[in-house]
Amino acid sequence: MAILDARNVSIRIPTEDGIVHAARDVSFKVEAGELFGIAGESGSGKSVLTQAIMGLLPNADIFGEVLFQGRNLLKLTEKEKRAIRGAQIGMIFQDPLSSLHPYYTIGSQITEMIHTHENVSRADARKRAIDILGRVGIPAPEERFDSYPHQFSGGMRQRVMIAMALVLNPPLIIADEPTTALDVTVQKQIIGLINDMRRERGTTVIMITHDLGLLSSIADDVMVMYAGNRMELGPSRTLFREPAHPYTAGLLNSSPANYTPGSDLVPIKGRPPSLLQPPSGCVFAPRCSNFMDICASRRPPLRIFDDGTQALCWLEGGPATPATVKSQVAAAPETNAGGERERVIVARDVRLSYNTGGLFRSGKKLDVLQGIDLDLFKGETLGLVGESGCGKSTLARVLAGLVPATEGSVTLVGRSIASLNAAEWREMRKRVQLVFQDPFGSLNPRRRVSSIIGDPFRIHNICSGKECKQAVQRLMETVGLNPEHYNRFPAEFSGGQRQRIGIARALALNPDLIIFDEPVSALDVSIQAQVLNLMRSLQKELNLTYLFISHDLSVVRHVCDRIAVMNKGRIVELANAEEVYRSPRDPYTRTLIDASMHPRASGDTAERRLIKTIPGEAA
Amino acid sequence: MINFILKRLGFAALILVVLSAFVFFLFFVAPGDPARMIAGDKATETQLVQIRTNLGLDRPIHEQYVSFVGKALQGDLGFSYRNQQPVTKLIINRIPATISLVIGGVIFWLVIGIPVGIMSARHPGSIRDRVGQGFILLGLSFPTFVLGMLSLYVLYFLPKQAGFTLFPAGGYKSFTKDPLIWAWYLFLPWTTLALVTAAIYARLTRGHLLQVMGEDYIRTARAKGLSERKVLFKHGLRSTLTPLVTQLGADIALLLGGAIVIEQVYGLQGVGALAVQAVKNQDRPIIIGVVLLGGFFIVITNIIVDLLYAVLDPRVS
Repeated sequence: MAILDARNVSIRIPTEDGIVHAARDVSFKVEAGELFGIAGESGSGKSVLTQAIMGLLPNADIFGEVLFQGRNLLKLTEKEKRAIRGAQIGMIFQDPLSSLHPYYTIGSQITEMIHTHENVSRADARKRAIDILGRVGIPAPEERFDSYPHQFSGGMRQRVMIAMALVLNPPLIIADEPTTALDVTVQKQIIGLINDMRRERGTTVIMITHDLGLLSSIADDVMVMYAGNRMELGPSRTLFREPAHPYTAGLLNSSPANYTPGSDLVPIKGRPPSLLQPPSGCVFAPRCSNFMDICASRRPPLRIFDDGTQALCWLEGGPATPATVKSQVAAAPETNAGGERERVIVARDVRLSYNTGGLFRSGKKLDVLQGIDLDLFKGETLGLVGESGCGKSTLARVLAGLVPATEGSVTLVGRSIASLNAAEWREMRKRVQLVFQDPFGSLNPRRRVSSIIGDPFRIHNICSGKECKQAVQRLMETVGLNPEHYNRFPAEFSGGQRQRIGIARALALNPDLIIFDEPVSALDVSIQAQVLNLMRSLQKELNLTYLFISHDLSVVRHVCDRIAVMNKGRIVELANAEEVYRSPRDPYTRTLIDASMHPRASGDTAERRLIKTIPGEAA
Repeated sequence: MINFILKRLGFAALILVVLSAFVFFLFFVAPGDPARMIAGDKATETQLVQIRTNLGLDRPIHEQYVSFVGKALQGDLGFSYRNQQPVTKLIINRIPATISLVIGGVIFWLVIGIPVGIMSARHPGSIRDRVGQGFILLGLSFPTFVLGMLSLYVLYFLPKQAGFTLFPAGGYKSFTKDPLIWAWYLFLPWTTLALVTAAIYARLTRGHLLQVMGEDYIRTARAKGLSERKVLFKHGLRSTLTPLVTQLGADIALLLGGAIVIEQVYGLQGVGALAVQAVKNQDRPIIIGVVLLGGFFIVITNIIVDLLYAVLDPRVS
């Protein structure tokens, strides 16, 4: 029997700008004991959907019905809903730091859950909390019971969240992006833990994620959402191998993991529609590669196939392009034997340490970088991979000359940066540029795009007035922005476009070297592919040298010629990208690669047949 | 922790020394001859010389400062120019009135301000929120003295005309003699002070609570199945305590150094009223004394607030 059965759920959220159509006519069934995946990019409505079901969105208008063990959750009184929350349906959220109350001990936060739903003594609750903490892998749970959230690492905090969700042994757990905020090795542990726990206890899990690869290895069924619509629903076996909807296919095509390194990605063009006025036809139509005229005008029908796959699409037989494009022509990996090539960066034994003490205390010395040797050749892309806290961003700052190294030497385009005076630094700044991770935080919201991109011109007195405007518009065109949007503010652009603004600014002075610090981490996969393609084409055109910092191995493998793996302030491995990938020498590299792989469920897929079509405008 | 307190106390002493030096030298830069102020206009030159020698005003400034600090450490802040009474005694006489005013005021404004803030934040945009916001706007824009005069008129003058006494016009009655009379005399000052300040606390509570209620951990609390009441009071309000304590510390310190307007309106003989008189009379020893007292309170409450942080927020160690 289905433990959760959502039928024709629509969600409308009134806001100041109008009504947001967060979900439209979404139906799905979750069978007891399965792992049900909900995938989609940001704004697809996947989180809103589950939170609305849980009654956590008091302002939303929700239509349809959601049966949980036969009871309609949407019709329950507030009190009945509270009894279900936590006890019957547990929730795990994305960011384990902000999701735990910073002022209460983790033990008290777990026992609070028990006391809310059961009448047990404090000692009993404590015993159960300690027991569950031990089971989710918190070492010495007895002692850690009285610790505060900030005293745990990210992965441990997520274990605490899982313990909290599991302690009452609810039949259903909703995990909303449970690993997105975590490092890749920790991610693997957490996914493993959730999987173990559900097998051990027979818990049903709904896992929401933007990471399709993650679902492919563990989910039984997957629902793909886009702009509040359920685009495709089906068993994960077939969904990943043979997507029935062009959007699913497009998502898979956008992920660098599915490509031969170095080839051009096939991104989904454009960007998601506004949920304030969703298109009248298919919401995906403006971006679809299989676009037909009917898509724009009429709501697509529901296609039901004999293998359980359902797709909301006018196509009858699924998208024409194959999902995985492994066969794409690979650009020959340029394995130039270093030798005579010009070196843009030469770093020797770079060390950096901070004193952690205050004004009156002599604190410990914190060694962030512990002897880095690095060469970056002209025209290549060097990837710098590592988990958070390994020092990769700090190294980038040292190499860019933003932070002086404590020891060691850095030579940038032939000049030692330690010997530069202020005027020479100004010159050097033209040659080295940075692009930062967060396209939302790194652009001043109060300045127009023209000023942001034009800053380098002004600062270095290169041009002004009309000349400058033209130069900026040329740059905007180069990075694929509409030059007419010259006078807009960053808020009027999407994440991907903002990252293009950052890249345009970096390109302004024709630098030799661009350092990208996690340039695509904050972007959705379809947008990420667009930006990665842009970076590649710019590099070819302008003969740029890239230092590419990322935690995402598949991205790094895709764009980089060589990869340096960092761990605890050291480079543990540095070799050609494929070499690192195929035959990693360092054990840490192996763990990292291992953790980022998502083996797909294997098995043959029989030819699927369309068995039923339900017209979209039927209702 | 002990280390922390000692360090902070050392800092506090340093600040007070700097403050005393600043005020002391300001005293000498200011125009006017202290000797003449003490002796009056008709004093002869010999009398003036006599006074200067007695007070040590003829010695170099730094020597005078050192002797001032030395005496101050023993609790001797000099003598008033006006009536020759010791400054320390004058100030100590005024402290009970000020402290009484502040204690009652704080309790009143917290009791009014925080619930109004909570009411407002719980239902943003609703009628109750509008009422709360109206209260905040009114309180913030009402000058203390206007509200004071108004309440005196309505609650003292009008009843008096009608032939009965609802509240006294002002003044301070000692707590030790009769607590009820004490409270009765202070009721109007308390409510006046509280209404004006409560608006600040209502706004602060509302603002922080709105922000906190949007945090992820509040969602977690709701997902646990806690009642909205518990979510609000146990999880939401707990996080707004820190900014409230900060504000409270600053306000209390400031008022203890002299609640000037309120004391004037209600004729309370507190530190603030003393300061006003001293400034009017150019009675510099008293001015120095009141400034140092104010500085002392600010430094001490800051230390207390810092200690409270460590208690309230486990992340502060």
